Amino acid sequence: MKIFVLVKEVPDTYEDRRLDMETGLADRGAGQVVLDEITERALEVALKYADANPDAEVVALSMAPESATSSIRRALAIGAGSAVHVVDEALHGADLGLTATVLAAAIRRGGADLVITGNLSTDGAGGVIPAMLAEHLNYAQATNLSAVQIAPDAVTATRETDYGSQQVTAPLPAVVSITEALPEARFPNFKGIMAAKKKPIEVLSLADLGVTADPAEAPQTILTAVSEKPPRAGGVKIVDEGDAAVQLIDFLVKNRLV
Amino acid sequence: MPHYESPILVLIDVTPSGAAAPSTAQLIGAAAQLGTPVALVAAPADSAKDAVDSAVAAGAQLVLTTDVDDGPIAVPIVDAMQAAYRTVQPDAVLISNSIAGRDVAGRLAVREHLALSVDAVDVARDDEGIVAHHSVYGGAYLTHSAPTFGTPVITVRQGTIDTRAKSAPEARVEKLTVEPSGAAVAVGTVVEALQIASSRPELRGARVVVSGGRGLGSKENFSLVEDLADELNAAIGASRAAVDAGFIPFPHQVGQTGVSVSPQLYVAIGISGAIQHRAGMQTAKTIVAINKDPGSPIFDVADFGIVGDLFTVVPQVVDALRGRKK
Repeated sequence: MKIFVLVKEVPDTYEDRRLDMETGLADRGAGQVVLDEITERALEVALKYADANPDAEVVALSMAPESATSSIRRALAIGAGSAVHVVDEALHGADLGLTATVLAAAIRRGGADLVITGNLSTDGAGGVIPAMLAEHLNYAQATNLSAVQIAPDAVTATRETDYGSQQVTAPLPAVVSITEALPEARFPNFKGIMAAKKKPIEVLSLADLGVTADPAEAPQTILTAVSEKPPRAGGVKIVDEGDAAVQLIDFLVKNRLV
Repeated sequence: MPHYESPILVLIDVTPSGAAAPSTAQLIGAAAQLGTPVALVAAPADSAKDAVDSAVAAGAQLVLTTDVDDGPIAVPIVDAMQAAYRTVQPDAVLISNSIAGRDVAGRLAVREHLALSVDAVDVARDDEGIVAHHSVYGGAYLTHSAPTFGTPVITVRQGTIDTRAKSAPEARVEKLTVEPSGAAVAVGTVVEALQIASSRPELRGARVVVSGGRGLGSKENFSLVEDLADELNAAIGASRAAVDAGFIPFPHQVGQTGVSVSPQLYVAIGISGAIQHRAGMQTAKTIVAINKDPGSPIFDVADFGIVGDLFTVVPQVVDALRGRKK
């Protein structure tokens, strides 16, 4: 079985994240970047299956600027067997539609039986790419899974819907997305880090994938304005000397909140 | 189908019991800001009637209905939305940014080659067409997005748009014919509803939220948060630390990796206010924080901060609120 796992480099949420005020796009130079934790969990789901099924092949797929190589290496160090890195100048600022088209082309080229992703990235938090891939590829889709069993012909899983959970069965080939309920990825050990240096990263351009980013060909979503909200100023801060509750009630009453 | 000026197609999320989801009124209200609201109710035939009535009450001028089985996931609703899209030829498509809504929005945009904007907090129309407004990185930035051409598909964050359309008693209800696409599909069992132990409001879209953090110390002590929430008629939230410690289940987690809320009042109890938590609540209109550590970052965003022992202060606040009601 060939499993593609979507991995994504994102700004570290433990720091202040910034947008470029000219373009409205993520300012990638502004701070630390990390491999998104949810994509590491997705990788762990694939690796757990591969542990028990040595014929399984786990490929980490990322569409990202050239600078993302070290994050992709981390996915290899955790345990992916190889990686595909789609890099192209024309993808700078790609919208969801173009991103899905590109990722679908890379998955089709690789011939994946199963695609595993996180449910929501911590930066864009769009949560639509898995469904878009399923539509492009005509794969069965099962999103927002909190427990996953992979079998040779199907994924059976627990899916968290807006109203509660359900049991689902997705025949392969399939695209599934997982939630934070699934375990964290194993930590890359020294052996894994050394092995990752020798694992192949296939670098693909749009031309390699036969995709064009021509804005005349398909509609795209563009950013037309960006503004920064002034940072929230702290207000009153009191130290409780026995009357804090009374003062709080006064504050709530004055602001008509009770 | 009669002609409607600038139709805006809205997908109604239908709950397992056949009701229209709480997002219905805001989606139709948002659609009315842009043109004429046209709603699609795609649900099992025996349960759809309530949802149709709700769509009409919320102001849809036309409600299209179609029966779908509740086993196959997403695909039947995508097929119905595709048929509705082709019938209505809308200026925009609005879908709730829910788990179900995101699946449909993504697939419809791919299938009909439409530009997709997600997690809008408002929608508007300018000289060049329809614009979606977004709140990015936990409300630190506001951005506007628009399609280069064609109809946009926009998912709308729950509880962010206050506009409501007038009820449309003269609305038409029409049956929509849907050709199944035959796309590959996963099949699910009937959804087991979450155990809802109380009549507290839902976290998303709540007017008041009371959240607890690690400072509560135990699952038992978390009842302090519940007591205060009940006095304020508030939804209950939590920091990731409180969820990880098992004080309360994940659906209550507020923050980067949980629910984002924008209530009128947010009360943070025993929450230090890590960036990841603030990202999910700092767009609240008024923030109150109670924490014993004066250096907690939550005080940087609090309109009213109390440095003190929550086990002393919170019961006093609860008593005072109870006293006011008498």
